[in-house]
Amino acid sequence: MGLVEFATNPWGQTVPIHIFFYLMWVAAIGGLAFLMSHAIYVQFVAAKEAHAVAVDPALAAKFPARIPRHSLVARMFHWVMSVAMFALLITAFVPRMGYPFDWVTYHWIAGLVLTASIIFHIFHATFWMDFWAIWPNKEDIEEAKWRFMRATGKDAPEPRKFGKYPFENKMYHLIIVLSGLAVTLTGVFMMKRVRTPFFVRNPYLFADMTWGLMYVLHGLAGVGLIGLVMVHVYFALRPEKFVITESMIGGTMDRDFYLEHYDPERWKVPAAK
Amino acid sequence: MATIRDIMPAFELFQPANIDDALVLLDHHGSDAWVLAGGLDSFDWLKDRIKRPKVVIDLSQISELRGVKEVNGGLEIGAMTTLTEVVRHPIVKEKFSILSTGAELAASPQIRNQGTIGGNVSQDARCWYYRGGWKCYRAGGNICFADTPTAVNREHAILHAARCVAVNPSDSAPALIALEAQMVIRNVKGERVVNAEDYFVGPAIDITHMNVLKPGDLLTAIRIPATWAGAQFYFEKVRDRQVWDFPLMNVASAMVVNGGNIEKIRIVVNAAAATPLRLKAVEDAVRGQPRSAATGEMGGKLAIVGAEPLRYNGYKVPLMRNLVKRAISGVEEPKWA
Repeated sequence: MGLVEFATNPWGQTVPIHIFFYLMWVAAIGGLAFLMSHAIYVQFVAAKEAHAVAVDPALAAKFPARIPRHSLVARMFHWVMSVAMFALLITAFVPRMGYPFDWVTYHWIAGLVLTASIIFHIFHATFWMDFWAIWPNKEDIEEAKWRFMRATGKDAPEPRKFGKYPFENKMYHLIIVLSGLAVTLTGVFMMKRVRTPFFVRNPYLFADMTWGLMYVLHGLAGVGLIGLVMVHVYFALRPEKFVITESMIGGTMDRDFYLEHYDPERWKVPAAK
Repeated sequence: MATIRDIMPAFELFQPANIDDALVLLDHHGSDAWVLAGGLDSFDWLKDRIKRPKVVIDLSQISELRGVKEVNGGLEIGAMTTLTEVVRHPIVKEKFSILSTGAELAASPQIRNQGTIGGNVSQDARCWYYRGGWKCYRAGGNICFADTPTAVNREHAILHAARCVAVNPSDSAPALIALEAQMVIRNVKGERVVNAEDYFVGPAIDITHMNVLKPGDLLTAIRIPATWAGAQFYFEKVRDRQVWDFPLMNVASAMVVNGGNIEKIRIVVNAAAATPLRLKAVEDAVRGQPRSAATGEMGGKLAIVGAEPLRYNGYKVPLMRNLVKRAISGVEEPKWA
């Protein structure tokens, strides 16, 4: 038992063909273990936050009652991507779980929707959003170090409140970007191996080794996404994070939540009129 | 890739004497177990060392699995009944001659003496890339060697290909589907009965299996209802060597004709796709029509809608059209002189 299954091709070369599919269970169990550990940690170990921190009324008056967080376009992208991602995971792994169905067509259609939504998101984020707000920077890493030190009882300066996206959020986005690009780029090429209306099927487009590595990368990123999606859904449903989840539906969040958890200097919000 | 021929790899052999013991063994060994019926498909795999089961469960000692019984005007055929026994059985010949014809056209007399009806319907694909041991989709890999720009794919599918283009090679399967047969499947948990047309699974659903049997399952019998007893039947098989070969394509039809019009019909083609294809659209189109060459022509044209031939199997499109035409009109056209 390993990570990758190999086969001999007609030229006698040993080439990778895909990952072992037990890895989907490893990813699912890993994701479950993480969220159970986190839930136990939050419930029994982590210091409880103080009750509603009093917000300075003068400061609050500078901001609108509802703080805009996600534009309609950004929210639509998120939900389209979510539907595509769930469709991809279901069509990829449910047949492997012993419930076979005709999955290939649905899988590549969902893959195309995901690819299109990612391309759209890249343009939208580059030209219409604060592009760098989501990428981790030196400050984030330094402050994460401080947080960890303080959580483990060591002396460290008090970190500032977050900008629009907390460090964990930025790291999650980074990992999703890497795994998302891995599955979509390999997936688009893999469409040359099945019958679609777009390409003439040609499994000899690349050498067997290249194809094999592509399948392995697609598989590893795919099973990784099982765990990542589980963790994302878990955090979206946690009570203390639910305000953020609601903002992905309605677009705004409560002013008090904003002032309590975010640094207005780092996440600048248009002033109240 | 297989390099050693004719010497089987070591395996543990079980020869249970009854179905219950066989089911316990199948349940215990799960996917490690290989069910051996007549051995004609199995020994190829084993001698070529492509399939290497840990355990082989030989059904030859189970007398419950053999024989043909008359039940409510229909038949129940044990899965281990040989093709010769099926061919020669008087009731099969009298009432369900489409099955005796189909079974008689399978392989050679020696093979029919050894081969079983259960094995014939459950046999694996004959695609030589797959049989050659290449790690194709059907073998759990990531490619179909038969569906590439340079592939040799004369015998392969023209319909319903989904990554794999291998076809089902059974001669008895289309006859059984035409007769509305049911497959009796047992495992340690109990029995389930599956319509013959639902017994076969295409690559879109499960690319590594040809039928619905799961580890632990055993096909124990095939039930043929009285529904089509004595109907008008047609079976034709086209193959490269008339003496002994798998079908390039075959067709089976069962029909009730009233006043010259087709009142009821079931028509099935095999070796056109990974599963035997019941041509429901053709049945609907010809039902109520006169049984004539024109109706056959119309049915034949309808049958090939959506066909996507590969590089070397374009001939299968007119072949299927003509077989369906003849299966409907019932007139076999003159053979080569």
